[in-house]
Amino acid sequence: MTASPNSTPLVRVKNVSKHFGDGESRVDALRDVSIDVFPGQVIALLGPSGSGKSTLLNVIGCIIEPSAGTLELDGDLVFDGGWLRSDLRKLRLDKIGFIFQAHNLIPFLDATDNVALVLQLANADADTARRRALELLDYLEVGHRKAAMPANLSGGEAQRVAIARALANRPRIILADEPTAALDSKRAGIVMDLLRKVAIEQDAAIIAVTHDEKIFDRFDNIFNLRDGRLEEEHSTT
Amino acid sequence: MVEANTRGPFAEASRIPGDTREAIARIAGVEEAGSVTYQTVEAEHQAKKLRLYVIGYEPTRPGGPPEIIEGRTLGRSHFELVADISTGLELGAKLQLGRNIFTVVGRTQYQVASGGDPAVFIALLDAQKLQFDLAPPASRVQIARGTSGPGRDTVNAVVARLQPNSSSDAVATTVKRWKHLAAITQEGQELILTRSLVDRARRQIGLFTSLLLVVSAVIIALIIYTMTMEKLKQIATLKLIGAPDRTIIAMIVQQAVALGIIGFVSGATLIFNIKDYFPRRVVLEADNVAILAAIVFSVCLVASGLGVRAALKVDPATALGG
Repeated sequence: MTASPNSTPLVRVKNVSKHFGDGESRVDALRDVSIDVFPGQVIALLGPSGSGKSTLLNVIGCIIEPSAGTLELDGDLVFDGGWLRSDLRKLRLDKIGFIFQAHNLIPFLDATDNVALVLQLANADADTARRRALELLDYLEVGHRKAAMPANLSGGEAQRVAIARALANRPRIILADEPTAALDSKRAGIVMDLLRKVAIEQDAAIIAVTHDEKIFDRFDNIFNLRDGRLEEEHSTT
Repeated sequence: MVEANTRGPFAEASRIPGDTREAIARIAGVEEAGSVTYQTVEAEHQAKKLRLYVIGYEPTRPGGPPEIIEGRTLGRSHFELVADISTGLELGAKLQLGRNIFTVVGRTQYQVASGGDPAVFIALLDAQKLQFDLAPPASRVQIARGTSGPGRDTVNAVVARLQPNSSSDAVATTVKRWKHLAAITQEGQELILTRSLVDRARRQIGLFTSLLLVVSAVIIALIIYTMTMEKLKQIATLKLIGAPDRTIIAMIVQQAVALGIIGFVSGATLIFNIKDYFPRRVVLEADNVAILAAIVFSVCLVASGLGVRAALKVDPATALGG
């Protein structure tokens, strides 16, 4: 079911199931899902509303614990019973970058501080955090907007700042929730090119939930989910 | 020095003979002594009622106004008056007290009775006349009954200033041996004032203050809670990207404390600027302000609890999705 380049997968989801509630109110959000995502890959999770793609993203993001199955992130077996909530937060901070549909930048911090915040949460000193934040903003070609507040950024600029924030701690796993939903075709293409660049240059795995047909050809693999099951996998490469 | 078994003219009635002052002045350790009377009168000035605390004293002896900020102290033996600025009486103003008209020759400040009535100082003889003289019809009735009423040479207290290095306790002990007098030191007077005279007012203000603090805590809690609810998406984002609980708690507490600091600074500035317009004299000492700051800080910490609780319950998953 997965592409299998000659390396160890960064994300390995194996026979994962997740249900909410019990008895008559039980909802099976994921049923026996297995996915491997390798360094340098950009993959998409596709499916109608309620198909389980957000649940899968939450499981991979260490936000919800699967009812069955295993999750390995960068070689670490997660949810094996020895993980505290604080450990999972630390894992997210160090290994996972998140990109949101609505960028979710902190509105009272400027672009640089939004990026630097993540570094400071990881105990970087203020100067180092700021320097790295400026490097990332330049890398994503929004360095000229470093002092702008989120409200003053265009949709594309805000999403690039959000990507810079996601990359701040050099994570090798990037989870993107509808990263281009709020952008027009041109800007969506720019964002996808950036994600591809990050995947190649930082040897990262990028997993995106999307409905955006105009970017389907930008993914290496597309996983279709329906009623919590992985129906099919399309390779676009 | 006051009448025996009383707590002085500002707490209870005290009447002692006018010649007590000479006896007090002769006690070893006493530098000088002065007779004083205290009474509350209501006068009319510019068609307005004025409640005044009239202090009669001997102009060359202790018991008069501690400072003159405008004009002069009493110069003539009769019908002059030094008024506290809170009376609103200007220099040269005329005021009828009893059957006589007094002229304001000086102004002093911070001299009020425990109830907040502003003080005026007049000569002892004028004060005695004001306090003890009967109205002519009442006087005629007394004479017809064969009595002339109480003698006028009565004072409420004698104020003694001690020589340097003399013991107030030793002088007080000497005075108490005379049986008909009692002595109250400066500290004793302050104790009577705070523990007895203004105690009820203090408790009442304490009750109002407590109520205001509770109301403030509720208001701050609601403001912080509302502000937190408006930021749930941002809090969820912070949690999702890995911010620890302590960072989120610190942000909310900082917000509450910032609100408290703004409120405290505004309140303290307001109080310092308007306190002199209150009828009672308000003394704000540094330690009182520090205690208030500590209370405000504590109230803010408690008030932020509701917001912290709401923030800690936020599911990081809510950051995902539109």
